[in-house]
Amino acid sequence: MDQIIVNTQPDNKQIVNEFCMTLCTVNGSGSATANIILYRALFNMGIPTSGKNIFPSNIKGLPTWFVIRVSERGYIGRVPYDDIIVAMNADTFQKDLTYLPEGGVVFYADHLQKPADARTDLVYYPMPIRQFVRQAEVPRNLREYMENMAYVGIVGQVLGIPMENIEYALGKHFGSRQNALESNQNIIRMGFEWAANNLTKQDRYSVRKLSPLSDYILTDGNNAGALGALYGGVQFCSWYPITPATSMVEAMIAHNPKLRKDPITGKNTSIILQVEDELAAAGAAIGAGWAGLRAMTATSGPGLSLMTENVGLAYFTETPMVIWDVQRVGPSTGLPTRTAQGDLAMVYRLGHGDINHIILIPGSVNECFEFGWKAFDIADHYQTPVFVMSDLDLGMNQWITKKFDYPDQPIDRGRILWEDDLSRFEGAWGRYKDTEGDGIPWRTVMGNQNPAAPYFTRGTGHDEYGNYSEDPQNWSEMIQRIKRKLQNSCEYLPGPILREKAGARIGVIAMGSTDPAIIEGQDQLEEAGLAVDYLRIRALPVCSVVREFLENHDRVYVLELNRDGQLYGILIQELHDYSPKLISISEVDGLPMTAIWVKQQILAKEQQNG
Amino acid sequence: MDNAQTAKTERNFVGLSSIDYRGKPSTLCPGCGHNTVSNQIQQAVFELGLMPEMVAKFSGIGCSSKSLNYFLQRSFGFNGLHGRMPTLVTGACFADRRIKAIGISGDGDSASIGLGHFKHIIRRNVPMVYIIENNGVYGLTKGQFSATSDLGLELKHQGKNFLPPLDLCMEALISGAKFVARTFSGDIKQMKELLKAAIMHNGIAVIDVISPCVTFNNRDEALQSYTWGRENEAPIQDITYVPRAQAIHIKDFQEGETREVRLHDGSSIVLKKIDRDYDPTDKHAALDLLTESYKNHYFATGLIYIENAPTNIYDEFDFVEEPLNRLTPDRLRPDAAALERINLMYQ
Repeated sequence: MDQIIVNTQPDNKQIVNEFCMTLCTVNGSGSATANIILYRALFNMGIPTSGKNIFPSNIKGLPTWFVIRVSERGYIGRVPYDDIIVAMNADTFQKDLTYLPEGGVVFYADHLQKPADARTDLVYYPMPIRQFVRQAEVPRNLREYMENMAYVGIVGQVLGIPMENIEYALGKHFGSRQNALESNQNIIRMGFEWAANNLTKQDRYSVRKLSPLSDYILTDGNNAGALGALYGGVQFCSWYPITPATSMVEAMIAHNPKLRKDPITGKNTSIILQVEDELAAAGAAIGAGWAGLRAMTATSGPGLSLMTENVGLAYFTETPMVIWDVQRVGPSTGLPTRTAQGDLAMVYRLGHGDINHIILIPGSVNECFEFGWKAFDIADHYQTPVFVMSDLDLGMNQWITKKFDYPDQPIDRGRILWEDDLSRFEGAWGRYKDTEGDGIPWRTVMGNQNPAAPYFTRGTGHDEYGNYSEDPQNWSEMIQRIKRKLQNSCEYLPGPILREKAGARIGVIAMGSTDPAIIEGQDQLEEAGLAVDYLRIRALPVCSVVREFLENHDRVYVLELNRDGQLYGILIQELHDYSPKLISISEVDGLPMTAIWVKQQILAKEQQNG
Repeated sequence: MDNAQTAKTERNFVGLSSIDYRGKPSTLCPGCGHNTVSNQIQQAVFELGLMPEMVAKFSGIGCSSKSLNYFLQRSFGFNGLHGRMPTLVTGACFADRRIKAIGISGDGDSASIGLGHFKHIIRRNVPMVYIIENNGVYGLTKGQFSATSDLGLELKHQGKNFLPPLDLCMEALISGAKFVARTFSGDIKQMKELLKAAIMHNGIAVIDVISPCVTFNNRDEALQSYTWGRENEAPIQDITYVPRAQAIHIKDFQEGETREVRLHDGSSIVLKKIDRDYDPTDKHAALDLLTESYKNHYFATGLIYIENAPTNIYDEFDFVEEPLNRLTPDRLRPDAAALERINLMYQ
């Protein structure tokens, strides 16, 4: 997927607010701060912008790229080319040049060796950043970091980012840390002024202010998921560190003291507990969920592999819990710092025996917040583990997203019976009895003092009262009821989002973080003369809207970031009547999907099928 | 009314009889040591006057774990996965901190597949009674070696065990447990007193019960056999648990032969030394005792180590007073103004 595609624009045309810039640095050098300041300054100018950190599984010394895409048209998906690079890493300098179009721009630290055979069709701006750092008398231990900060001023000046927007971003980042703010500001200003006096603008790229994006915020999906969980009333989170899920729990740790002190007493109402491994993380969450706490864990593919047996226990004991899967590339250790949608098939049927799960699939940072709180209501309501499947791209990258909306539904704790509630069952309450006819039983939780409340929970075969049972009919009824319970959930889960084009007979189904690429690809296909409707699935099991979408289209392409077309596989199994209409398009290389790939793939398949 | 009937109708100070503490009928092999443990747990809880609803039971997989259903039917119970019992307790205990957790596991659970969880829950000091019904063999899969099987043990389908056993009391000690005991399922009185003290201990209390498997590991020469246990058990104390409410009848013990260990809540354990001046508050002495008993091929039973546990994991969190699982939704969801501040922060 990552073939080199060069942006083809006429040479002399000025390009405003529509380009891609990659900051090529060394990881561990402190470039992240510089990059986020540039990014936030552009956002503060009102320009739709996206930022992607393509980083190695390493602490210090390996190449890392931060890709900033500026798009006045509002496209925030990845593009597979650069227009501008900021070269700060000698090791990748030569290769980084190859992604640029004719007339592309190269800002480079002038202490790097510019390759002898460097392309001559590019615009080069050498940056004397070490000189600034010397002039500013930066302490030795901060020099490398400040070198990165210096390019912010130069790039800002050449592209036309006003100093006030850069200063806004600095203020946001450093807050009340006045010394840090001033020293960073100082070095940025030096670059900004030096560029004004010493560089002549030779390239065609620039930015201009738009009206403020006041309904939007800038943050990452993991932070949003953490906040969502805290607004969902999470009380217990057991976890084990794993990229790319770690920052979600760390965000919970950061926000928890401010958000979740008891409003009455000011004391704690929740626990975040790092445990010895993912088996313990899942087991402890089950224990907490069983005992009536809103419980969760957050992990990634390898962690889920370890949690599998526990997930089966939660499913069969009908214990609510929320599990976030921030997906990375597998199998095995795979690519821990790259993105994919490769866990779907595993998660949908995670566990041995007859099993399937409710899965929520957020497609934006805003939805990470929304599904963050909703997942607890769904888990409690259906008394089952609920998975929220994000990925590294959504979880760890900073995105411009709609402001978080306050939950529009009250907390749903599901069917829990306390001491006084049991009397209405007149002694006939059974933990697994389907008294309401919807497959969802009533439960009691540990601590209930009514002598009729305690029951025995077991992962082994059990009857309606929790007693051990090997009775064939009982087993069959039990496992069918659980199936019915989950099937009934599908219309209650977040429904698919439809984006239509006039007269479309062709459909596209996708999920999760590929949303921006699919939207842009859909628009590009329209420009190329092919109208396609796009349905984004946000939950499994699938609901009737998906069936109708298949009914109403001649062909439906299922696009996803994995090798074998896992969503496609689930759809042909669950909606097999429509399987002749479904066509899989899937690929994985560790990078987010691009609109160009969407367009090319669909056009190619249309030639075969159309 | 005969004696048996008197016992049945005797009521404890919460007004319950021992029948209220019973479980379902056991399906373990007749004569299994685990049944004795079940009986002594229900007897200990009964005698302490705890409401059964104030106890929660947890177990893993194996014969020992099955026994969870054979006592305290009026307590919540969770029979989970092989070796993962401690993880369930770690989550559940926070829901209602008034509840005392009793975990039942076996040598397969705690010495093999769940050894990591065993050591980590000790490290976390979750207040619970952690019982290992240790028979040195896998019973439920019909007789394989466990990690506590004696070196050289011969089993029908397994041949000879060439690996040395793990000592779970030793593992508990070095993991930081403040209450470590070993008893023998044939020693009813000692077991019951240890259970009472363990239940009242304010941290994790580990009891390794040597509980011979009557079916798969009861050859006379096996470490965990009845014959071996009876002949080679060396009690290190005579134990009496004294609840806080009761006076301590120190005069029952000979001067110079008793030692009283006070627990966090004011109750105490009175230990009567049998054969030497063993100090259970001395960790080095405890390690020496275990090393020596292993070397000389016997089990030292009794309270091996105790240290007052003024705090446990709950004290690391400044929790609201009431059980967390009874907090109403309005105390769990932050308000809209806080969300507006968050939105501003990311603008």
